[in-house]
Amino acid sequence: MTTVKPSGDKPNLPPTSRLIEVFIMGKSYKVPETLTIQKAIEWAGFQFIRSCGCRGGICGACPTIYRTKDDYKLKVGLACQTVAEDGMYLVQLPFVPVQKAIYNIEEEKATLAAIEKHYPETFRCVQCNTCTKACPMDIEVMQYIAEIIKGDYKKAAELSHSCIMCGMCAARCPAELQQFNVAMFIRRMYGRYVLPKAEHLKNRVEDIEAGKYEPMLDELQQVSSGELVKRYKEREWEPEPYEVPDWKPKDTKYL
Amino acid sequence: MGYTPEMKELIKVVEKTRPERIRKIKNGHSYPALSLEARTKVLEKFHPDYKPSGRKEILVGPNKGDKKTYPEEFVDLLHSRSRLSNIEDFEKIIEKPDYETDVLVIGAGGAGSSAALTAMNHGQKVILSTKLRQGDANTVMAEGGIQGATQEVDSPYYHYLDTIGGGHFTNDPKLVKALVTDAPLVIEWLESLGMMFDKESDGRLKVLKGGGVCRRRMHSSADMTGSEIMRVLRDEINNNPDKITPLEFSPAVELILDSAGKCMGAVLYNLETKEYYVVHAKAVILATGGFGRLHIQGFATTNHYGATADGIIMAYRAGAKHRFMYATQYHPTGAAFPEQNIGLLITEKTRTLGAEPINKHGEEFVFPLEPRDVEAASIIKECIENKNGIATPAGRLGIWLDSPMVDILRGPGTVEHALEAKHIQFMRYNIDISKEPMLIYPTLHYQNGGIEIDEWGATSIPGLYAAGEVSGGIHGENRLMGNSLLDINVFGRRSGKKASEYVSKGVKFGKPSLDHVKKYNAELKEAGLGDDSIAPMLLPDYSNPKVREKQLTALKFGTLQ
Ligand SMILES: Cc1cc2nc3c(=O)[nH]c(=O)nc-3n(C[C@H](O)[C@H](O)[C@H](O)COP(=O)(O)OP(=O)(O)OC[C@H]3O[C@@H](n4cnc5c(N)ncnc54)[C@H](O)[C@@H]3O)c2cc1C
Ligand code: SF4
Ligand code: SF4
Ligand code: FES
Repeated sequence: MTTVKPSGDKPNLPPTSRLIEVFIMGKSYKVPETLTIQKAIEWAGFQFIRSCGCRGGICGACPTIYRTKDDYKLKVGLACQTVAEDGMYLVQLPFVPVQKAIYNIEEEKATLAAIEKHYPETFRCVQCNTCTKACPMDIEVMQYIAEIIKGDYKKAAELSHSCIMCGMCAARCPAELQQFNVAMFIRRMYGRYVLPKAEHLKNRVEDIEAGKYEPMLDELQQVSSGELVKRYKEREWEPEPYEVPDWKPKDTKYL
Repeated sequence: MGYTPEMKELIKVVEKTRPERIRKIKNGHSYPALSLEARTKVLEKFHPDYKPSGRKEILVGPNKGDKKTYPEEFVDLLHSRSRLSNIEDFEKIIEKPDYETDVLVIGAGGAGSSAALTAMNHGQKVILSTKLRQGDANTVMAEGGIQGATQEVDSPYYHYLDTIGGGHFTNDPKLVKALVTDAPLVIEWLESLGMMFDKESDGRLKVLKGGGVCRRRMHSSADMTGSEIMRVLRDEINNNPDKITPLEFSPAVELILDSAGKCMGAVLYNLETKEYYVVHAKAVILATGGFGRLHIQGFATTNHYGATADGIIMAYRAGAKHRFMYATQYHPTGAAFPEQNIGLLITEKTRTLGAEPINKHGEEFVFPLEPRDVEAASIIKECIENKNGIATPAGRLGIWLDSPMVDILRGPGTVEHALEAKHIQFMRYNIDISKEPMLIYPTLHYQNGGIEIDEWGATSIPGLYAAGEVSGGIHGENRLMGNSLLDINVFGRRSGKKASEYVSKGVKFGKPSLDHVKKYNAELKEAGLGDDSIAPMLLPDYSNPKVREKQLTALKFGTLQ
């Protein structure tokens, strides 16, 4: 068995790698097969400033529009997550013009009126489903828009939760919606006003502000290092709930 | 695509031992954790930090003379000269600022964003400089969660013990105290900003256990916790355009001090137009994140494109010491297959939810929730010494992470819901991680050390604060999962508050100066260093070297054209 020397982020290519032809903004480049579109563009000699952020499929900087050989379909993918194919034509879209609503979360409510005010175009959706087809995260975009229009913010928030705000839905929408912006607004409204507040958290915050834990933490700073290690080793271990439901610690002095 | 036929055969071995492993866990018999002594042994032999090769001493600046050696990729940057090579020209332009503000925040990840919002809430005008887009940061990538002792069976006392034990008792106690005390406050703040935490129907926060902790205190938003934090903070910042001015694609390249040594701004570089901007500020908060893109020891990384240690380099030239930079965090579970996902993070939450690391023979070999350094070293040992790794077609080695166990232990659909983003990511390659295990190997993840700060984020330079991954001491030699999303908010908010107080008291500045840069350059020259390299790096260079050779008239400056 051979182990390869670690090579950082550079593609680890077998020497037998075949070259394929990709058309970056229409111009032909030869790159080894199996690379993601992002690494293929770098291989071709580009250094990214735009269209590259996390390199891991979560920041939404790298949406790419492409056609593959012998297929009329216009496809959308994240460059960092999509493998380049022979005969692929591609262009990247680093930015989609939108206008985020400016609002004060303290003064808003999750209501149709608020959406009407901030994102009135939402109601123009013609249910063509183009957005859903364009979404690289496979989100049911048209569906979450429908839930927003219906007023089911829980469903809309949950359906849109994995949105990475890449903007492809908005770029393709014939009715000029800003799906990801209105979804962001709804999720914050939902998190703030619809999801019930954590009562135990409020209590804990009050205790902290009253200084309850100060003496315990000062004690830990003052004990000898041997004593600290001892307390670390002997701390009581909470089991998983599927092992012991409703577990309570024996020692409650430091709670 | 998907697994090769050879790999599929090996997966059958994992499937065979799975029912018995599940039975054992349900009866409370997981694989035993190592003793403190055994931990030390496996670390010394297998952790990449303990390898003598690839490490160097620092020969200039405030940390010169440290007994420790540091990763050479990092030291090479410290041994590089400033981008401002025609420094006399810059000395002229720094007198005439393009922007003036109360607080300049450098870096728009989680730490920078929480600092900016806090400074704003304390009445300050803020400029937020960032290298890429707002939120293109390690923060957006964090999956697993954020720690905080919010439950009744837990308390900051236990959070303190876990944190300091995980850091091998090297952490700075006063920083740990600030971290665990503020944790519930931070979670409440994020809740009030409309963050969607995973909750029970009555509003109780759902919590899980992370590696090396004795109580469940990991709070999450599916496996997109960092993404959720980041988009909420960014949205809030962008709701206040008259108070916070983000400058994207404009990284800081050097700090500006006044003649008395107080920090009073920075020089920014517009990556698109290649202009330099001068910002004068009454206080500066550095929040530039970590150094994953330096690929320490040649490791692949989980970090975003801009994680190149810029902040430490700039602050170092201005006289700020760093600490714990000798300890690098390798995350135990980076993707080892498919090759396109190489190095990408598989969140610790996968193990938290019940998935075990399994070798070629279908056996457990390590307690799944050891502190990260111990878990990573154990996996390397299993592959290298015990030769129980699984080989990939690209010639890499890996260990199975038995994700299908999650649905068996916690109910069908858990993987698809709780590991939403990972599920989508692997489905792109026809691997359904709720049915097939993932192949993993340690990957370069986190900069444990950084600029020395006090419990308010203040550095040794008046008017200069640091928060987030760029700072050092909170986690000592090893950070626990979920403590970083926490620390960026705790110290972002603390530094935002302290910087505001400092500004409000009224600060007077002398002449703006780059003398610290000149002095540093001179020190380099004396040591015979800095001739052939420039820092901060700003962006790593992944372009094709064969192409580079032919870009004969392109002016290359550091890693940038
Ligand atoms: C894949 C992954 C998963 C993780 N999961 C978890 C987790 O589950 N729980 C947890 O607690 N922690 C986790 N972490 C760690 C945690 O996310 C980071 O440590 C933390 O978010 C760092 O925040 P930060 O604000 O300090 O830095 P970042 O979020 O990296 O932000 C730094 C910002 O500064 C900018 N910048 C850099 N240089 C300059 C410059 N010269 N000028 C201007 N701007 C600059 C960068 O572009 C970036 O926007 C994870 C990290 C990664 C990479
Ligand atoms: S919903 Fe729109 S912005 Fe969000 S990920 Fe899908 S296409 Fe991108
Ligand atoms: S693309 Fe626009 S109009 Fe079509 S379904 Fe989506 S939101 Fe509606
Ligand atoms: S670079 Fe972040 S999603 Fe591709």
